[in-house]
Amino acid sequence: MARLKLKEHIINRDWCKGCGICVHFCPKKVLELDSQEKVVVVRPEDCICCKLCELRCPDLAIEVIHE
Amino acid sequence: MAIKDYIRQRYFPQMWCPGCGHGTILNSLLRAVDELGLDKNSIVMTSGIGCSARISGYVDFHSLHTLHGRALAFATGVKLSKPELQLLVPMGDGDALAIGGNHFIHAARRNIDITAIVMNNRIYGMTGGQYSPLSGPGKKATTAPYTTIDNEFDVVNLSIAAGASFVARSTTYHVLECIDILKKAISHKGFAVVEILSQCPTHYGRKNKEGDAIQMLEVQKKTTAKLGSKALEDDPTLIPRGIFVDIDAPEYCQEYDKIVESAMKSANSSNSSSSNENRISLTTKSCVTQGE
Repeated sequence: MARLKLKEHIINRDWCKGCGICVHFCPKKVLELDSQEKVVVVRPEDCICCKLCELRCPDLAIEVIHE
Repeated sequence: MAIKDYIRQRYFPQMWCPGCGHGTILNSLLRAVDELGLDKNSIVMTSGIGCSARISGYVDFHSLHTLHGRALAFATGVKLSKPELQLLVPMGDGDALAIGGNHFIHAARRNIDITAIVMNNRIYGMTGGQYSPLSGPGKKATTAPYTTIDNEFDVVNLSIAAGASFVARSTTYHVLECIDILKKAISHKGFAVVEILSQCPTHYGRKNKEGDAIQMLEVQKKTTAKLGSKALEDDPTLIPRGIFVDIDAPEYCQEYDKIVESAMKSANSSNSSSSNENRISLTTKSCVTQGE
């Protein structure tokens, strides 16, 4: 299977409650929580588009868009 | 369709606590429905009372937010009157097995085509953290400050014994497996039970020193193992995950249709039969009327 190429992460800051599940379980440590305890993308180049953050998010607040 | 097309966006952000597993179950359920390509107008979701029951407000299906523990009773009514609809019944652990325990075992016994999802966070979250029939012994709750002494139900064994034709267990940590199991459960013709272990960091996690949502998910990862895996063989104290039962059994609505058909036949034949037999067929007819 060809490696998926990331386009962008769409983060809904109004819906994110900062539980940190996506940050902790990201296999490549792409995400972090900012000073307002909302998720931000810090290392997009490392993202492998496994979508585990999107699937585990209880708030439906993150979406991984790939090419 | 995208996931967002299946939800009522005006009610978001949802009311569950940060890190609550119920949101992940909603997420998995929406993905299962999306991957199966179901029409949202063909789905009815009924729910009872509790944190878990709020799920029916967030989905853009037909939804019924009903009485505590009675979600399956309402679902049975909907399914019998409109068997072409797909019934999804998410319930909390207390909702399904304490207040609605009888509805649960009898729906399983009838093998009616409903997908029951037990969102098991082992506590009554909405009312302040009372212990539930799935808490298990040695757990702390507001109603058990010195730990509980009650044994818990094993949802899987209970459902199998009661006659469910599809029984599975997954967790909110194992999302890919969970989506796959939900897809199979929804496609199954008959009563399908899916127990999904969920985390309640606010009450259960805090009372039992299990930490936050992340640490509770780590516990799910460590304490469960896939059916038939080497890990489960080596350590039988682990909680097994996977599909336990998946059999074809006579479905309730189809059996009901057969009864209606045979009753109609005997009623029709009695009209053309001799007066000698009329007395017997009249009795049959009155039985049918009562049955309806």
